[in-house]
Amino acid sequence: MSTLVIAEHDNSSLKTSTLNTVAAAQAIGGDIDILVAGADCGAVSTAAAAIPGIGKVLVADNAAYAHQLAENVSLLIAEVAAGYDNILAPATPNCKNFLPRVAALLDVAQISDVTAVESGDTFQRPIYAGNVIATVQSADAKKVITVRTTAYDAAPATGGSATVEALSAVHDAGISSFVNEEVAVSERPELTSAAVVISGGRGMQNGENFKLLEGIADKLGAAIGASRAAVDAGFVPNDMQVGQTGKIVAPDLYIAVGISGAIQHLAGMKDSKVIVAINKDEDAPIFQVADYGLVADLFDALPEFESSI
Amino acid sequence: MKVLVAVKRVVDYNVKVRAKADGSDVDLNNVKMSINPFCEIAVEEAVRLKEAGVATEVVAVSIGEKNCQEQIRTALALGADRGIQVEVAGKVEPLVVAKLLKAVVDKEQPQLVILGKQSIDGDNNQTGQMLGALANMGQGTFASEVVVEGDKVNVTREIDGGLQTVSLKLPAIVTTDLRLNEPRYASLPNIMKAKKKPLDVFTPEDLGVAVTSHLTQVKVAPPAARQAGIKVADVQELVDKLKNEAKVIS
Ligand SMILES: Cc1cc2nc3c(=O)[nH]c(=O)nc-3n(C[C@H](O)[C@H](O)[C@H](O)COP(=O)(O)OP(=O)(O)OC[C@H]3O[C@@H](n4cnc5c(N)ncnc54)[C@H](O)[C@@H]3O)c2cc1C
Ligand SMILES: Nc1ncnc2c1ncn2[C@@H]1O[C@H](COP(=O)(O)O)[C@@H](O)[C@H]1O
Repeated sequence: MSTLVIAEHDNSSLKTSTLNTVAAAQAIGGDIDILVAGADCGAVSTAAAAIPGIGKVLVADNAAYAHQLAENVSLLIAEVAAGYDNILAPATPNCKNFLPRVAALLDVAQISDVTAVESGDTFQRPIYAGNVIATVQSADAKKVITVRTTAYDAAPATGGSATVEALSAVHDAGISSFVNEEVAVSERPELTSAAVVISGGRGMQNGENFKLLEGIADKLGAAIGASRAAVDAGFVPNDMQVGQTGKIVAPDLYIAVGISGAIQHLAGMKDSKVIVAINKDEDAPIFQVADYGLVADLFDALPEFESSI
Repeated sequence: MKVLVAVKRVVDYNVKVRAKADGSDVDLNNVKMSINPFCEIAVEEAVRLKEAGVATEVVAVSIGEKNCQEQIRTALALGADRGIQVEVAGKVEPLVVAKLLKAVVDKEQPQLVILGKQSIDGDNNQTGQMLGALANMGQGTFASEVVVEGDKVNVTREIDGGLQTVSLKLPAIVTTDLRLNEPRYASLPNIMKAKKKPLDVFTPEDLGVAVTSHLTQVKVAPPAARQAGIKVADVQELVDKLKNEAKVIS
């Protein structure tokens, strides 16, 4: 059995989600290689080669892969996939963008958001906003899988010494091009790998009031998330949305502030170890999943909380 | 230009779906069915393109049993011009949906195909990308803005950390994210009018596509239940519990 893990990176650093995916590959068993597709991504391949237990790191370093355009990268992966039984990538927005294209090129199904490996061909995945866990068996010779990163602890990042092999294949489909990107750089930990997440909902009333969460996040080393309602209302950027159709998080501590607890929101955070809810409505559904519920006005509770920690 | 929109019939987003006691499947008896919310956004975008004079015709296609015609009618009531149903029994996997849509694309030759980014039942997030590969078209997934300019479309996408804009040669695929638009409500007169709009039905055989199955659902089960929590009286008690009981802050 051999597995190819697709590295998630930004051309300069390897993302933790790659390590979660390696852990899932280890759960399947067999040989594991990593593919790094990017441009000027030498540092990423060096980091990938340091992951213990990796056979080789394949690097496709070319301008055609700079922004990991799905049209180009999928052609590359489908070609490299010939030598592997399983193709795994983290279920991040970036990999969700190109991996189904790879599956279609290989004429196999994709199994999205795998949370457990039962055997070489049988996997668990949440469906219906996580209200149900399905066990699915694949009849395909090649399995194309995205891994829910919160379901796997990150594999160790250092200690290994895989060989690095450059791939010369250049695939430019010529049907798409990158125009620009507006990406906010944050000093805070990444939402999906932070140990503590504090999220605000419609109850925050506006973007300015998210400052009340920032002070707490600073003290706890937390990432800041949001409900869809807060994002739709323009309080905060879209990539902060936690939920069925946003980010999936499972930190040690999740604090939901002014969030009612719709199923779509719960889908993104209910696997957190400890959940705190602060809401002025004692009947809010969020309290059904909260370990500690505080019925209070957030504008009173947050400043007091910040000064008590 | 012609715009093709893929709409899926799914359980309504307000329904909390449960597994059947025997674990064979989810219990969908007597639950409300609707158009997948992301598909509703897709229809709205297509209709807006038509209203802006960019699109000339909007065709809504759904793959499923006869009752998915209800969702096609919804799309027609929202402003689509005609409908296509591909009649398939039971569940169809995204790869097969993509192959059927590819066949419809070959027949209809749309310049733009708009799909939802995700169906809220299977949570797959695959079909648009797969169609892109099969039809060799560029894709703008998780779109929050779509601008057609000549023979290209610029799509702004929701990505990690913010937004990315890509330029795609037409014909192209777009999959919708939540911020693309806010769908309108269908008015009663439009619902009446929709009943008279044309709706063609095809079988996979008509389209020359074999309906294959790659995955078997072995069982379904409820997720691990959370232990019931408590309500704390005030902020001080909360902080005390987090420090001394849960030990998640120091
Ligand atoms: C297809 C689809 C996908 C979706 N995906 C997601 C998703 O990924 N993530 C997501 O979050 N949602 C998602 N949603 C939306 C979801 O259904 C809810 O609408 C949303 O989560 C509600 O956000 P909210 O809890 O912030 O707002 P509301 O439901 O309006 O709740 C606000 C809460 O704040 C409380 N509050 C108000 N003022 C105060 C105060 N001063 N102090 C304390 N508490 C206060 C209120 O009591 C209330 O409980 C999706 C919906 C659809 C249809
Ligand atoms: N049976 C279907 N009929 C029509 N469109 C579909 C069907 N299944 C999926 N789609 C389209 O593909 C999108 C993504 O679905 P999925 O890949 O299943 O998450 C949906 O929002 C629809 O636009």
